[in-house]
Amino acid sequence: MSVTTVRHHPVPAVGHPMIPIPATITAITTEAPGIITYTLEFQDPAVRDAYRFSPGQFNMLYLPGIGESAISISSDPAEPGALRHTVRVVGNVTQAIARLQVGGVIGVRGPYGNPWPVERAVGRDVIVVAGGIGLAPLRPAIYHFVRHRADYGRIQLLNGARTPGELLYPREYDDWRSHDIEVVETVDLADETWKGRVGVVPILFYALRPDPKRTTVFTCGPEIMMHFVIYEALARRIPKDNIFISLERNMKCAIAFCGRCQYGPAFLCKDGPVLSYDRIEPFFGVEEF
Amino acid sequence: MPVQTPPIGGHVVIPKPALQQVFDALREAGYTLIGPTVDSGAIVYEEVAKVADLPVGWTDDHSPGQYRLRARGDRRHFGFVVGPQAWKRYLYPPTLRLFTARRTEKGFEISQDGQAPRYAFIGVRGCDMAAIGVQDRVFLEGPAHDPSYRARREAAFILAVNCTEPGGTCFCASMKTGPRCGPGFDLALTELEEIFLFEVGSELGAQMLAGVQWRAAGAFEMNQARRALTEAEGRMGRRMDTRDLPDLLYENLEHSRWDDVARRCLSCANCTMVCPTCFCSDVREVSDLTGGVTGRERVWDSCFNREFSYVFGGHLRPNTRARYRQWLTHKLASWIDQFGTSGCVGCGRCITWCPVGIDLTEELTAIRGEVRA
Repeated sequence: MSVTTVRHHPVPAVGHPMIPIPATITAITTEAPGIITYTLEFQDPAVRDAYRFSPGQFNMLYLPGIGESAISISSDPAEPGALRHTVRVVGNVTQAIARLQVGGVIGVRGPYGNPWPVERAVGRDVIVVAGGIGLAPLRPAIYHFVRHRADYGRIQLLNGARTPGELLYPREYDDWRSHDIEVVETVDLADETWKGRVGVVPILFYALRPDPKRTTVFTCGPEIMMHFVIYEALARRIPKDNIFISLERNMKCAIAFCGRCQYGPAFLCKDGPVLSYDRIEPFFGVEEF
Repeated sequence: MPVQTPPIGGHVVIPKPALQQVFDALREAGYTLIGPTVDSGAIVYEEVAKVADLPVGWTDDHSPGQYRLRARGDRRHFGFVVGPQAWKRYLYPPTLRLFTARRTEKGFEISQDGQAPRYAFIGVRGCDMAAIGVQDRVFLEGPAHDPSYRARREAAFILAVNCTEPGGTCFCASMKTGPRCGPGFDLALTELEEIFLFEVGSELGAQMLAGVQWRAAGAFEMNQARRALTEAEGRMGRRMDTRDLPDLLYENLEHSRWDDVARRCLSCANCTMVCPTCFCSDVREVSDLTGGVTGRERVWDSCFNREFSYVFGGHLRPNTRARYRQWLTHKLASWIDQFGTSGCVGCGRCITWCPVGIDLTEELTAIRGEVRA
């Protein structure tokens, strides 16, 4: 059983690979209470032009005197010049980022990590399952599907949040629908404005009859949610190696030095965060693993 | 006296006092010598200048949770086992400044400082040679290279010592890392009664012997050294059965032994600090009083620390059971998947320096379902 792969990241020719590169905030959008999207542009035009990322990858965002945090890239990989990160304000670094205005400077290094296998899914149906802020690392994959819609079969987005106000990127759903992406929403707790489904995300599977031979699942959200997404997908005979999940662990370096993001044989910073279920099955759901 | 360099791969003999000339040659070549010396009741690796700085006549007794210096009653220079420190302290320092950030009008500026020191490591044992090789895979052969480690590693001179003094917690023979040193040294010596028998591992090593009165080793000395090492191999205080790893541990993630060891383990992180291969780290920001200048430092960390597994929402391994399982499973199992080698070299430090004497060879035997006689 080996899940390690050697991935080579862009590393500065001189200096330590953990040195961040300054980027300026060009836009700030509040998505939901405590969830904010920052658009970043590298100050150095050469860096801006050379920077590329794949859907599902992340950057390390740094503020001097505060620290660094691993944040997924949530923008369109076809427009790498305007990097968006959707941040939930919960810790030291994200709170400090939340105090910045447009024009503020953040250190960025990346991109890191194993992406969603959008190329492998060409010609297939894709079920994208997102819970809460889990939609952020999936949005670049959706943008990819929108741009390459003819390359794929049926595409469904099963999207859930705790409350209607916490559904991420609601203004974009109609655009995605206009590109033949089926968007279904659910919330755990409805309010008086909500006319849609109520219940946890995996219940959205109940109405699905996917063809297991041609279906790929991408999921990101709380681990307990992904646990039941996997359960529902397996119940529909979707093979383990076509179920992809994005995992989160403590990360300090993103280059497999700090050892914190280990998940059995995998370092989530390089072998993950996206892993197929067959590679993590022995460990997924083991308490405190 | 002829100035002559011995052949690479050759075996030569020098009288014991001539070791000082090797030290002098290394110092002249610009090396800072780091070697074993006695300090605070232990053998530690510190800067040494003279052969007399070595723990001549001392040995150390090892057992689970216990370490004691003892006078040998002879004049052996390398008649000890291993101290608490590993060489990683010099290649991968406990605290390393990665860069300095200064606030500016436009945000901040990053600068880097520091030149790598040039160390000559004196007395690297087989287990520790293997450990350096293990850390090479982590820091030089992964997705990124650690420039600080690389600079120190490439500059380092290694004078290895074949081990004729295995201790009560040693099991390098099981891990195939000793007692004879594996490749990678510049010089390796075997200490015999009156002489040092050197094996020349590199051109640089040969040069350091150029000014020394050496002669080619004879069959008698070669046999003596071989016998001493064979005999050492039979005197290991511990052994480890590495069959079925890594799967043995992956299949036993819920074994009751984890509960058992959790009742003894203090989660103090000693084992990870003394381990010559453990590489986990944290980073911290160290600001001056104005907040305008910040150093970003990498510091050793341990999977036994609570904060190690923190993500928003809580600590993923709040209990000692999960932390010990993480450590042992990484060391003996997932390390093999990650780096193609075990993370354990059999030096026994984690057994000796565990305050409650937890012995990983015993824990593995229990998980294997065999009771040790």
